[in-house]
Amino acid sequence: MEHFLLQLFIFLAASAIAVPVAKKLGLGSVLGYLIAGIIIGPFCLSLIDNAEEVMHFTEFGVVMMLFLVGLELKPSLLWQMRTPILGMGGAQVMLSSLVIGGTAFLFLPWQQATAIGLILSLSSTAIVLQTLREKGLMDTSAGRSIFSVLLFQDLAVIPMLAILPLLATAAMHADSHHNAVLFDISALPQYLQVIVTLCAILLIFFLGKFVSRPVFRAIAATRVREIFVAAALALVVGISLLMTVVGLSPALGTFLAGVVLADNEYRHELEGDLEPFKGLLLGIFFISIGASLNFTLIGNQIALIAGITAGLMVFKWLVLFITGTIFRVAKNDRPLFSIALAQGGEFAFVLFQYCKSNGVMDAHTVEPLISAVAISMFLTPLMFLVHEKFMSQTPEDDTEKREADPIDHQGQKVILAGFGRLGTDLGRFLISAGIKPVIIDHDPVNVEVLRRFGFEVYYGDITRLDLLEAAGASEAELLIITIGDSDRAGKLVQLAGKHYPELKIAAVAADRSGAYALMDLGVSTIRRETFGTALTLGQDALKLLGFDPYDAYRMMRIFRKNDEGTMPELYKILREDEEKYISQYQQHNADLENLMTLDMNADMEHLDKAWTAENPEI
Amino acid sequence: MNKILINFAHPARARSQMNNALRKSVEDLEGITVNDLYAQYPDFLIDVKREQGLCEDHDVIIFQHPFYWYSTPAIMKEWLDLVLEHGWAYGSQGKALEGKLFFQAITGGGDDSTYRKDGYNAFTIGELTSPYRATANLCRMTWLPPFTVLGIHRGLPAEMIEAHAKDYRRAVTALRDGTLDIEKVFEYRYLNSDLNTIIRSS
Ligand SMILES: Cc1cc2nc3c(=O)[nH]c(=O)nc-3n(C[C@H](O)[C@H](O)[C@H](O)COP(=O)(O)O)c2cc1C
Repeated sequence: MEHFLLQLFIFLAASAIAVPVAKKLGLGSVLGYLIAGIIIGPFCLSLIDNAEEVMHFTEFGVVMMLFLVGLELKPSLLWQMRTPILGMGGAQVMLSSLVIGGTAFLFLPWQQATAIGLILSLSSTAIVLQTLREKGLMDTSAGRSIFSVLLFQDLAVIPMLAILPLLATAAMHADSHHNAVLFDISALPQYLQVIVTLCAILLIFFLGKFVSRPVFRAIAATRVREIFVAAALALVVGISLLMTVVGLSPALGTFLAGVVLADNEYRHELEGDLEPFKGLLLGIFFISIGASLNFTLIGNQIALIAGITAGLMVFKWLVLFITGTIFRVAKNDRPLFSIALAQGGEFAFVLFQYCKSNGVMDAHTVEPLISAVAISMFLTPLMFLVHEKFMSQTPEDDTEKREADPIDHQGQKVILAGFGRLGTDLGRFLISAGIKPVIIDHDPVNVEVLRRFGFEVYYGDITRLDLLEAAGASEAELLIITIGDSDRAGKLVQLAGKHYPELKIAAVAADRSGAYALMDLGVSTIRRETFGTALTLGQDALKLLGFDPYDAYRMMRIFRKNDEGTMPELYKILREDEEKYISQYQQHNADLENLMTLDMNADMEHLDKAWTAENPEI
Repeated sequence: MNKILINFAHPARARSQMNNALRKSVEDLEGITVNDLYAQYPDFLIDVKREQGLCEDHDVIIFQHPFYWYSTPAIMKEWLDLVLEHGWAYGSQGKALEGKLFFQAITGGGDDSTYRKDGYNAFTIGELTSPYRATANLCRMTWLPPFTVLGIHRGLPAEMIEAHAKDYRRAVTALRDGTLDIEKVFEYRYLNSDLNTIIRSS
């Protein structure tokens, strides 16, 4: 126990020191973790043992990340991205496999060359996505192209897992299969294995579509937050286990589960709850990659490993550049696109291991390759930095030539907090104006009802920072607050202002004093909840009383404009001198009355005569 | 019997004298539709389909409005901009208004003598309303000289207002019943210059 705590402490302390330092130096968190790993690893301070084991454990961070990525990808969005995913991704994997495999074939038998080609065509989802997120590039056209390729690679792992054992050159070891804790599927006859696998996938669909909702609702109703966290973790861990048992990639299984749950109302709550775990696991994962760099091996075979690394990165870069050109990635985006994916990925560790145990390659062949992959991963954040430096120096000369990107506006730019009576109409309005807000409400019953009407509403407490983040606050342009409870609304305004100073805010206030309270917090776009209705009803009343409809309309507009116009002034007076406020308020009402009847008393006779020469005196 | 549409545009009816009187004199006539644009669209959001439907249903289209800045109140411009769609009102396919009669019923503050080349307002009503004549022409409508009431001001005696209202009713009724001599109208500057000669007794 003590030992475990000590190890945990070293990992956590290392990240707590290394990441802020790395960020200060502009290196990004991934590089910080990797360097921390090298420093505490066996070849430097030698503070930790079992980096490999830790790496295996924390690989779970990648699984979680893919679950979270899946959550953000609705089946429909996935469908819209089919061309970049299948086309660009497919081309990248195929071409890279060919080029790398072809080169390897000069030195190794074709089976091994094929395996190497396939495995090295994959890039590092963990490092690339993390870096893109951190740099805020996820929602750019380049970010999307990169993500599409990564997604295809993750999909490509499944057939690879099936193909690799067929490439075996040595006899398979008897105990090669994982030691199943629950039960060993490989003991079953072939056809049953397939059936079990299919059932497992169907089970994920079934659970995601039909079971998750009532379960989450019941848990949300308890309002005990950690139970929700526990359930979310149990979900991801459970799916990973299931996938491992049936021999599929846990990352892909959870990705699938994520996609199934993507339009679930608890999606943002899940995101918020899992995010810190994912972040921590991934961090430790990166540390363990750093720590597992075998400098003895690298030292002994420096030329070989350097050659493999260089070849790997250059070939992948080339293939990516060609792919980018073929699929018309915008010219400005191409350098980033090619650099971002020119490395080996964490799947390579797993797959090389898998090859070893399936008798495709021996340890002697595999080890330099694994080192090269690790080094290429280490170099990636550096490449991003170089790219940034380089790009910021070249002036943007061909901005006009940039082709329109069809999926650039996919990102949901508006968060609608609160979806009660007012939010519902507002949401309907925005949706019909072609804006799809991310809608968050805190009442499970309300969420369920609105969902049945076809609204895309999510459950969650938006005044929590993690949920605000999960709802996309860092990329969103506008936060609309229609929460009735003014304390919670105020809390949200402060939270958003503190963490997302760029985020624009529009808010509803219950009444005049609610509006003043929001003005205290610096919100400038405020609507009073019942003001609009009151005036429209007033307009109706005037019409029913026989006012000309156009007059009624204009009076409503005049009143509205002036009342809203004097708000800032009255607010200032209220905050300075409360006594004066009441008299000012009355004065303001009297002014309005004058203004509204002004038109009625115009001197019409003289006006009409002004167009006639006989009355030049007017 | 011709069906008559009166598109009525006055932004301040509560203060209107003449236009209210004119309107009142024809409102109860059979076959007449009064379409109050400001009341219908206080926010200027004109329902194009509805307006086009109304035009299609009628044979004579009158725009009745006070003369504002030698032109029309704003909503009438909006109406023309939106309702007269290409392919409906004009263009090779736009024949919805073909053959319909079109004229304005105008009330103005300046009197007739001011609307001359050497008068106070320097231009004739015919010149000032020429954009509408051109519009009618493009839309294949038969333009008629405007029904014009000039020199109006608050102090006008009630009998005079009444007389103008009567004339308006007479003219509209004659158009409805087809007793107005369309050829002869063009001999005068205004539709109501001499109603007795252009209306045939049926
Ligand atoms: C904004 C405005 C502009 C006017 N422009 C003119 C004008 O250009 N020529 C003119 O003769 N009378 C002009 N007048 C006078 C109106 O034509 C006159 O008030 C109206 O015809 C009276 O009719 P009513 O009693 O129905 O309002 C104008 C009046 C207003 C209010």
